[in-house]
Amino acid sequence: MGITFRKETFRDDYTFRNSPEHIRRFPFPFNEDSYMYAVNIEPHVVGPKGSVLENLIDVDEHYVAEMQDRALVLAEDPLRCQSLPHMTLAGWDLLELLMEQQALGYPEHFTLERNGDRWRWINRPLGIDDTFTFGDTSTLPYGPMEYITRQSQGDFCILDQRDGNLWMDAGMVTTQADWSLDFDIGMNFFEWHAPVPLAHEKGIFTRALKFLTNIQQGKPARRLNWTMTINPRLDTSPENYHKWGPDRATVTPENVGQKVHLRVELQSFWRLPRSNAIVFPIRCYLIKMDELVTQPKWARRLHRVIRDLPEELATYKGLTRYRPTLVEWLSKLDDGSPTSPGFGPD
Amino acid sequence: MAAKTIISRPIYGTLSPQSGKHHLFIADAEGALAITDMARKAPPGFFDGAEINFIPGLEGKHIAALEALKPAQLHIAPSFASLLPRLKQTLTNAHMGLRLYLAGTEGLIGQAMQAALEAGIDHTSIETEHRGSLARRMQCVHCKGITENVTTQPALCSHCGLLLLVRDHYSRRLAAFQGVCINAEDRSEVPPMEEIFR
Repeated sequence: MGITFRKETFRDDYTFRNSPEHIRRFPFPFNEDSYMYAVNIEPHVVGPKGSVLENLIDVDEHYVAEMQDRALVLAEDPLRCQSLPHMTLAGWDLLELLMEQQALGYPEHFTLERNGDRWRWINRPLGIDDTFTFGDTSTLPYGPMEYITRQSQGDFCILDQRDGNLWMDAGMVTTQADWSLDFDIGMNFFEWHAPVPLAHEKGIFTRALKFLTNIQQGKPARRLNWTMTINPRLDTSPENYHKWGPDRATVTPENVGQKVHLRVELQSFWRLPRSNAIVFPIRCYLIKMDELVTQPKWARRLHRVIRDLPEELATYKGLTRYRPTLVEWLSKLDDGSPTSPGFGPD
Repeated sequence: MAAKTIISRPIYGTLSPQSGKHHLFIADAEGALAITDMARKAPPGFFDGAEINFIPGLEGKHIAALEALKPAQLHIAPSFASLLPRLKQTLTNAHMGLRLYLAGTEGLIGQAMQAALEAGIDHTSIETEHRGSLARRMQCVHCKGITENVTTQPALCSHCGLLLLVRDHYSRRLAAFQGVCINAEDRSEVPPMEEIFR
């Protein structure tokens, strides 16, 4: 049957919407009525049919529109995609992983044919049919990482592992929650996380690094992270903060439902076979408040989480300016009744 | 503001003599005093294999003190930009086992380290000591321009003119702190500019 890809935008007129089925499958990130950092990493294994975990690399109704938005970002700012010279092999590893996973999960949309190192890749939604030599960059229109990540939803960071640390040495980052690849490239795990409040003191990053450096091939892991975004804008980069920042001052009680979006990142971590690097896909899911509150449990829980969020976290996530308006709006949907355990809607 | 720091912010030490035959010093202004202080702890003959590159700055002090160490080579440069071609050449031709010592302002240490990283030297093997001005090199995250000698918080980007919060977040690769628009959400909010990186 295949996916019906939506025609929509993540900028200007912001026509992005979730279909009712996509609202139900939204990866709501709170399994209880409050939130604090934790090393919430678990094995990245296939989940229930109809969830975002049905396939380990998820392709959804926003695929084509997200790839168009990525192309616009890259045309404006090519520095969003960078790879240090020693990372080309890891780029090929990533190309293989994403082609295999997308072809496996969505055979009606993607086909990978391999004949030795001669590969044919068919991407029907984007109208691509390319034959190339695996390992020979001159046979692709871009480097291997850029080629495949222009055809895969989510941001991708490739982390080189050496000296007991992980180094952010390559990436495609166009849908980020306010961090700059151009600034952070070349940094180690602790350095690029340096601006995150509270988590260093809790030892979160030390434990997370220990876990990540031990990830084995074929045994990926995942975690969820979240923030909020005004308007369904994928490109909330620091580079363009002076362009999207003013949106945060436009939230009113009347437009909360349409303007305010919960932004969830499904982060996964995979060991790559040839380079021994880790690839870290950061898949962004957006849902507007009007869509989210169609699930009463989520409305009640989100109200309690946002209302009780520690001030440092609210500041770091950029919620300060509109948090009171949002909490007031959500409070009307919270009758105080208990919420069931777990992430899913009732 | 500067009191509470973060992990990407470089931490500087005190220069100490390393083993080896070849020692390359790069210093500006009061960084010379870090070298002369270290010299008191150095074994005899240490400076026979040392090259000192020194940028005296406007006040032009400390040259005689460095001459008195009798390094194999003392090169006086008017600016870091003028030193850079020579430095790159020296690093490219360096023997294995060359030891690198950087002393002085944060901008000097950062830029010399950037050149060293590009030459394949591991940053943890480099001796550093901060002396003198706390002025920062800042990259504007928006237009990517570098503004030198930033002493205020917030600071104006010398390229695009946005008013930037000078963060502690630091990139060795760029040798710069990150500047992010401080009033992006409401341009009518103009926080006072305070001189804090002196």
